[in-house]
Amino acid sequence: MGILQFLFWLLSAVALTGAIMVLASKNPVHSVLWLIVVFFAISGHYVLLNAQFLAVVNLIVYAGAIMVLFLFVIMLMNLNTVIETRKNLWMKAAGIISGGILFLIMISVVRSSADMVSRTAQLKEGSIGLIETLGKVLFTQYVVPFEISSVLFLSAMVGAVVIGKKD
Amino acid sequence: MPIQYYIALASCLFCIGIVGVLVRRNAIIIFMCIELMLNAVNLLLVAFSKMYHGGAALSNATTTAGVDGQLFVFFIMVVAAAEVSVGLAVIVMMYRNVHSVDVNFLNRLKN
Repeated sequence: MGILQFLFWLLSAVALTGAIMVLASKNPVHSVLWLIVVFFAISGHYVLLNAQFLAVVNLIVYAGAIMVLFLFVIMLMNLNTVIETRKNLWMKAAGIISGGILFLIMISVVRSSADMVSRTAQLKEGSIGLIETLGKVLFTQYVVPFEISSVLFLSAMVGAVVIGKKD
Repeated sequence: MPIQYYIALASCLFCIGIVGVLVRRNAIIIFMCIELMLNAVNLLLVAFSKMYHGGAALSNATTTAGVDGQLFVFFIMVVAAAEVSVGLAVIVMMYRNVHSVDVNFLNRLKN
C-alpha cells in the first residue's frame, strides 16, 4: 500500500468519523468543531486529487467563514447547553433506517454499473486544479455566471440584513 | 484510486447528512447537515473531474478537459455561502420569535 492509498483511507476515516460525531454530539458547539474536522479532511482529499485551488477555497470559505458564522449564532443565542426536547425513538429509528437504505441502494447501483468499473481518479498529477487553469476558464467561458453570482451575493446580503433586522 | 471508492465515500457522507436532517430537531444542526451533503457532492464532483481528465490526458497531454467540474464546485461554494447567511438570519429570527431553535415548534402552518 503506497503513501497515497494510506492517505486516502486515513482522510476518509477522519471524514466519516467527524460526520458521525456531528450527529452524535449533544452540544452544538462540538458539532461545529467536528464539522470543521470534516472540512479539513475533505480539503485533504482535494489536495490529494491535486485540486489545490479548491482545497484552499474550501478551508477559507467553509472552515473559515461559514463555521465562524455558525459559532457566532450559537454563542449569541446561548445554545451551549441546549435541551433536546422529547426524544422520539421511533422517528430516530425511521430516519436511520431510511438513510441506510438509501446508502445501500447507492452502493449497489454503483457496484453493478459497467461504466464505473475500472475507472480511476487521477491522484497527485494533472494540472486542471491549479489556479492558472481554473482562472482562465472562469474569466472567459464562465464569466456570465461569475458576474451573476455577485448579484446573488448582493441579494443575499440585503436579505440577511432585512430578515435579521429587529422591529 | 478507483472512482468507486470516491463514490462510496461521498454517498456515505451524503447519507449521514440525510440521517442528520431526519433525526435531529435542532435547526442549526439540520443546517450543518445540509452543509455536509453539499460537501459530499463537491468531493464527488472533483473526483469525477479528475477521472474525466485522466481519461482525456491519455490522448492529449495539454487538455483542460474536466475543468468544468471544479468550476461547478466553486459555484456551489458561492451559493452555499449566500445560503448560509440568509438561513442563519432566518434561524435568528425564529429564535427571536419562539425562543427556541427546535423545529418541532414550527408546526403552526399545520392546521
